[in-house]
Amino acid sequence: GSGGFRKRKHDNFPHGQRREEKENVNPCSALMKSFKSFQLELDTRHDKYERLVKLSRDITIESKRTIFLLHRFTSAPNGEEILNESEVKLDAVRRKIKQVAQELIGEDMYQFHRAISPGLQEYVEAVSFQYFIKTRSLISVEEINKQLIFTAEDREETTNMTSDSHNKQPHTWSLKVTPVDYLLGVADLTGELMRLCISSVGNGDIDTPFELSQFLRQIYDGFTFIGNTGPYEVSKKLYTLKQSLAKVENACYTLKVRGSEIPKHMLADVFSTKTELIDQDEGLP
Amino acid sequence: MSVSDMFAVLQGALGQDQDIREEIRKVVQALEQTAREMLTLLQGVHQGPGFQHIPKKCQKAREHFSTVRTQMESLKTKFPADQYYRFHEHWRFVLQRLVFLAAFVVYLESETLVTREAVAEILGIEADRERGFHLDIEDYLSGVLTLASELARLAVNSVTAGDYSRPLRISTFINELDSGFRLLNLKNDSLRKRYDGLKYDVKKIEEVVYDLSIRGLNKEATVAAGGEK
Repeated sequence: GSGGFRKRKHDNFPHGQRREEKENVNPCSALMKSFKSFQLELDTRHDKYERLVKLSRDITIESKRTIFLLHRFTSAPNGEEILNESEVKLDAVRRKIKQVAQELIGEDMYQFHRAISPGLQEYVEAVSFQYFIKTRSLISVEEINKQLIFTAEDREETTNMTSDSHNKQPHTWSLKVTPVDYLLGVADLTGELMRLCISSVGNGDIDTPFELSQFLRQIYDGFTFIGNTGPYEVSKKLYTLKQSLAKVENACYTLKVRGSEIPKHMLADVFSTKTELIDQDEGLP
Repeated sequence: MSVSDMFAVLQGALGQDQDIREEIRKVVQALEQTAREMLTLLQGVHQGPGFQHIPKKCQKAREHFSTVRTQMESLKTKFPADQYYRFHEHWRFVLQRLVFLAAFVVYLESETLVTREAVAEILGIEADRERGFHLDIEDYLSGVLTLASELARLAVNSVTAGDYSRPLRISTFINELDSGFRLLNLKNDSLRKRYDGLKYDVKKIEEVVYDLSIRGLNKEATVAAGGEK
């Protein structure tokens, strides 16, 4: 107003004005209508992402449990049982992956890749671990993806779909594990194989370490060949891989050098001390 | 297949992926160049005499957009059409920048918010994912938020240049935009962070309007509004 002291900036500051202006915003204007549709679009997208994150977590947990189970495998009588049980578990994981694939029908998989990648890597680790135990070889990504082709079995599954995709429901749908997820899963597999090496000596199995050594070398060579061609996450794994390979090679060395002088039943003790040290390194609980 | 054969195949796939990304990068660089030229052109509106040249600048900007459309056509050919999000990170930034530029031009021309469909058309791309190379909604919204910051700056400079009515119109526009954004449920990502800046833009414009109103300058502006453009 005229005269008087200058008003402080915050006196009748536009709070009143702003409230007034906000009340003047027409909720039915074109702009507001389009933002309402943006809200729906974003909510739908986020909801799907969250569903996929949850599925990925379930996949991770069940795959990890399968790996723990497989570590209990020995050529002892219950070995067959363990393998069968692992197959049952992996089938359960694949049913989760089927749900993932269902969510992704009609979508660009890469839009949601970060949500499902961890689970898929863990699955690759579990399934390749089982495959190695059965066949002493590396499962290919093609072989993995062959098992991830799904069909609509019963009515129940299709009713969970949104009305959109219900119309487009195909007879088969699939999930393809990407080369990068496959490589990251295989890189993690080498850690489990290293543990398998140490524990197999403890079980008196002195053949497996040498088989593992050769196998791991092939994988390590493969990663060396890839080098920096892949994304950073792949090259990062090379370091840990090298360490796992070194531990296995050292175990073979110890077996070779000291195997002749130490009675078999004491070999286990030599390796159990080493195992403690290794477990501390890995930060296992 | 032996392990080494498997890895050879995988390496092939990875190498191919790298090649595609290299091609994409080249086109994106060209797009960024065009975007920089347009930005330099449009930044001129903040200066005193710049206000009179707004129509001309908008026209020149529209010409640049035809270059953008050509470059976009080229970009579309660099990767498989159904893998948009695999490579999205490469053009995300420049696309947001182009959305902002389109929104700024449209605002300068008509003082309205350009729709998603209209931006897509200006850029020569689709509005829906199903129809091809499209404008992702989050990129559209990011570009619009950049417009808000630019208008906050424009409000300040309008006053300096003697235009006292423009800030009032900008204020109405921004408040409606703010109401729109408040409808969105955002996750804690880059869009959310960008949105957090909107309240500072709103505040800045409010202060400009307040400074005008306590000095009665906005009343002068309303009276003179007829002669203003």
